[in-house]
Amino acid sequence: MLHLIAARMGSLMARRAAVALTTSSARMASHGREVSETVDMSRPMYWDRLDTPLPDKAYKDELTAADKSLKQKEKGPWSQLTNEEKIALYRLMFNQTYPEMKQPRSEWKTIVGGIFIFMGFTGLVVWWQSLYVYPPRPRTFDDEWQAKQLQRILDMRMNPIEGFSSKWDYEKGQWK
Amino acid sequence: MSLPKPVMRGLLGKRLRLHLPIAFALSLVTAIAFKYGVTEPRKQAYADFYKQYDAVKEFNSMKEAGVFESVQPSGE
Repeated sequence: MLHLIAARMGSLMARRAAVALTTSSARMASHGREVSETVDMSRPMYWDRLDTPLPDKAYKDELTAADKSLKQKEKGPWSQLTNEEKIALYRLMFNQTYPEMKQPRSEWKTIVGGIFIFMGFTGLVVWWQSLYVYPPRPRTFDDEWQAKQLQRILDMRMNPIEGFSSKWDYEKGQWK
Repeated sequence: MSLPKPVMRGLLGKRLRLHLPIAFALSLVTAIAFKYGVTEPRKQAYADFYKQYDAVKEFNSMKEAGVFESVQPSGE
């Protein structure tokens, strides 16, 4: 069981580490040639996002000869394109369709699990603090002190019109 | 494949023509409701309280309870 959690944590950490370590072209130069793939973020990029229907560039840059001829045909009237050609053109421009993007994933389970793990850990920390860190309980929390406090509030006639003391019946000595 | 051309202009104006009067009406209703639900009862509560208010009696009760620093209860 624990190794599953460890694996999930490992993948979380690995993802975070990967994001932190993605090299830009500038860093590549200083590090020397590495095997990992670099993404030049200074140029227009393609991404599949629900809120960005038209990304900065098309999905496929390197067009084969067939693709290029299809692109030429696209410049003419579109009624002459067959349905398969239209789909092929779409797939040149885009990686995933909206229904494909919207497919449910299980990522939320990892996230919620991670949240609960950290909340549980925080609970342990708080419990340890309550044992070893907290100062002694203030005397103002005692019932006796609070009763005397309440009596003083009523004696001072605090908020006698619409507030606290207005709820106390001074003749009978009880709450209204 | 020929759909009618969608409305391209006047969208904000159309929305405002409906929603601004609604907004004004709702704000007015809220203000009136607050006036007659909160402020009028509050003014009445204060008036009623002070109609029967005996300041000297209240002072003496507070003095006997011992909440003042300048006057001590009559016993001491």
